Amino acid sequence: MSPPKTRDPGLQPERTRLAWRRTTLASTVAAVLAVKTALHGGVSAVGIVACALCCVLWLTFLLLAHHRIRALAAPATPVVLAPRHATAAILCTVAMAACGAALVL
Amino acid sequence: MIDFARNVRLWFAPEQVREEGHTPDYRFSLANERTFLAWLRTALALIGGGFAVDQFLPDLRWAWRVGLALALLGAGVLCSLRAVNHWMRCERAMRRGEDLPVSRFPALLSVVVAIVAVAMVVVVLVGWEG
Repeated sequence: MSPPKTRDPGLQPERTRLAWRRTTLASTVAAVLAVKTALHGGVSAVGIVACALCCVLWLTFLLLAHHRIRALAAPATPVVLAPRHATAAILCTVAMAACGAALVL
Repeated sequence: MIDFARNVRLWFAPEQVREEGHTPDYRFSLANERTFLAWLRTALALIGGGFAVDQFLPDLRWAWRVGLALALLGAGVLCSLRAVNHWMRCERAMRRGEDLPVSRFPALLSVVVAIVAVAMVVVVLVGWEG
């Protein structure tokens, strides 16, 4: 598509961008709860490791979302989400749940 | 199950998806992506709920607390894995011009959430003293 893109009246890229923002927010809430769980009841080795891991996972998710939001904001026709990208986002979520299981037990 | 294994391979090999069929209207792909994100948020909410049960119900008996937390965390994991799988299946169906896949998962999840909710009610009424 070489001619200047006409604005999509359905605002699809914008809605998708906001969906990524909402998801980042949900991820932040989960990460905060995870850190609270990790540091609850004194400092332990497992707690510190899980806390650090959750922070890294949250940052990774933030980075993924930022990447995608930038791609959606580009003036060209938006590219389809890459499966690798989606899988990475899912793996962050699953790893956070695994941290949670380790902390709860 | 074999279908699932093939899908898992596709998660990591985006080039193979592009080889099939033709590229659909980007708006359909973006709608599919938003659905995926909505399921991902559901999964994150379940995981957050698991942490919350562990943190904010300290008076609960240990077995109940850990059981509920693990059930919620497990539901979150299932939900997120299913989200990416369903997204991939929809994307492929659109490329091939087939009907979108139907799924039993929403019904299953709502039943599980209902069971957890009932368990919470029972816990609050009976098991609180622990």
